[in-house]
Amino acid sequence: MRTLKFLLQKEFRQILRNKTLLPMIFALPLVQLLILPLAADYEVKNISISIVDNDHSSYSKELVSKIASSGYFRLADYGNSYQLAFKQLEKDKSDLILEIPQGFEKNIVRENAQKVFIAVNAINGVKANLGGAYLNRILMDYNGELRLKWMQSQRFNMTPNIEIVSSNWFNPFMNYRFFMVPGILVVLVTMVCAYMCALNIVKEKEVGTIEQINVTPIKKYQFILGKLIPFWIMAMVVFSIGLFIVARLIYGIVPLGSIALLYGYLAVYLVALLGLGLLISTYSETQQQAMSVAFFFIMIFMLMSGLFTPIDSMPVWAKGIASCSPVTYFIDVVRMIVLKGSGFKEVRYHFGIIIIFALIFNTWAIINYKKTS
Amino acid sequence: MKQFLTFVKKEFRHVFRDRKTLLMLFGLPIVQIVLFGFALTNEIKNTKIVVCDYAKDIGSQQLIEKLEASSNFEIEKSVLSREQIETAFKEGKIKLAVIFPVNFYNELIHLNKSQVQIIADASDPNTANTLTNFATSIILDYQQQLNVNVTIPYRIQPEMRMLYNPELKGATNFVPGVMALVLMLVCVMMTSVSIVREKERGTMEILLVSPFHPFLVIVSKAVPYLVLSLLNLVIILVLSVFLLDMPINGSVFLLFAESTLLIITALSLGLLISNSTDSQQAAMLISMMGMMLPTMLFTGFMFPLENMPIPLQVISNVVPAKWYYIIVKSIMIKGLGFSAIWKETLILFVMTCILLVISLKKFKIRLA
Repeated sequence: MRTLKFLLQKEFRQILRNKTLLPMIFALPLVQLLILPLAADYEVKNISISIVDNDHSSYSKELVSKIASSGYFRLADYGNSYQLAFKQLEKDKSDLILEIPQGFEKNIVRENAQKVFIAVNAINGVKANLGGAYLNRILMDYNGELRLKWMQSQRFNMTPNIEIVSSNWFNPFMNYRFFMVPGILVVLVTMVCAYMCALNIVKEKEVGTIEQINVTPIKKYQFILGKLIPFWIMAMVVFSIGLFIVARLIYGIVPLGSIALLYGYLAVYLVALLGLGLLISTYSETQQQAMSVAFFFIMIFMLMSGLFTPIDSMPVWAKGIASCSPVTYFIDVVRMIVLKGSGFKEVRYHFGIIIIFALIFNTWAIINYKKTS
Repeated sequence: MKQFLTFVKKEFRHVFRDRKTLLMLFGLPIVQIVLFGFALTNEIKNTKIVVCDYAKDIGSQQLIEKLEASSNFEIEKSVLSREQIETAFKEGKIKLAVIFPVNFYNELIHLNKSQVQIIADASDPNTANTLTNFATSIILDYQQQLNVNVTIPYRIQPEMRMLYNPELKGATNFVPGVMALVLMLVCVMMTSVSIVREKERGTMEILLVSPFHPFLVIVSKAVPYLVLSLLNLVIILVLSVFLLDMPINGSVFLLFAESTLLIITALSLGLLISNSTDSQQAAMLISMMGMMLPTMLFTGFMFPLENMPIPLQVISNVVPAKWYYIIVKSIMIKGLGFSAIWKETLILFVMTCILLVISLKKFKIRLA
């Protein structure tokens, strides 16, 4: 016990002494947490549209002003040449083109039907889909208005009509930040924790000071605990600042569920993650190696974790990979506890898995850590 | 020149000897491009939803069949109460609940008016929104089927064409993004760390006292990474064309030239970081912690840039990967030539020059 105390003292001194690293460990994640959620907004708005109006009739003008005032679209340009509009699309100045053909007004009234042409830049499939759907809805709306103008209003519904009532639970204002902030916080804490731990041990290897520790009577587990505890505490502090200061004061996110449960999960999660860092460090000799391995895993963990793209949509084999990453579970849990107020009963499955992760990583790392080189 | 080559040779030896790092250097882009090319998509597919059918009549059956036919949903049928739906949401089992009231079809046929309720788990607003949209359009479709015999006057019929990506594949958007991300991060990280390592170990002193120009010592450190990154680029392109079915509609030569430019930009950024830090940990913190998420977000392949607040849009302009992403999209997918991307190229070029000038200014011949 006393040995461990001294080891901890040594580690904390080393960390606190490093005047360039210490501010970075805290400032980098927090500044990013402050800025990045603002950037991660998937709500599709401000879609740029080019309208090619070959008709210039009162109907086509009504339609154009209806689109421009809908709030979804920004009128990028209004002209009468498809070629010019297409140039705008190529330059990414506009996302879709609506072409109103000649005789638009006349044909609607006389022939009862008229086509309009829509071309969408579909490189980003989701945006294209939504943009097309919005435009369609506006066209249908306008169509309905036209019909009302020409036909007598009906007192009864002539055709069957299904009324759709939709409600959004847990986040009625559909604030995307409520969703992103907890997730980004998890990723940032993960990065600090796993990298710093892996690098710290490898640094002792590279500089050679690990030899000095190896020849002392310090036990394996004492050395490892001495390395893990400081980073465990630091990650806790970073997470707390992120949760209570940035998320609560700046973004106004108050966890719905129990904070004790959240911290309980975080505590186990960090043990698992530090175990991973430790494991990486036992397999590498230089900091560059440790870093590139850690980078490899973190990048996969992050992109596969469901932080940005839904896991449900992935192919089955990719879901398998996603379920091998501890980050996936923690992001899920944080979102469940913070946004939906899930209790222990709902996250017990996640708890079990993260404990298994912690056990596997740490046992493996301790077995693989050798005092002789 | 001969001296320079000797130095470059030394650096190549360093790189090739460290097998683990080398493996990562090549393994990482390959795994990532394949993994993310297939797995990452913003599409919402196979989402579990629950249908609470209180009606159990023809109408609700027909509608449920239609919902089941959609690849977006995986349907579970069970009659849940409000509380049970809430627990299912909290456990994360389902994302959406569709509820048919009693007498759904009866009211629809006789009163011409009926109701369907949709409840979404909006803790993920994007998914909630999209799912609600999907379900709504399926229901409206069904409604239109019922009306099929009635012709509606004064119709506007939209005809839609999806350009560049008619199947709406996720890879078309993500592959250029992952390319930018991987090239950028790998280059910055590797150069900055390998230079700082020599500082940290003290071998830099030895290199600096050699009769060779000190700055060229550093430049020669970047050369192996330039070569390796170009090789990486070839692998990435081959994989994305043959495995992911990505088109290269424009000139391959142009694509390589632009990629080389981005790699040089990234290498100069790596040089700058290595000149301003003196421990590997600090260099790494900046080049990974500091750059990974911002590059990912500000490149614009995850989230549309035009949605961001104006200050962030301004910030995104200093991220080189953003310009490269635009360039790659224009060349690979749209098949445009140099005349369409000269502006972006110029910006990258100017960035490189600025980075090089600053790192030259910051470069010190004496270490301590």
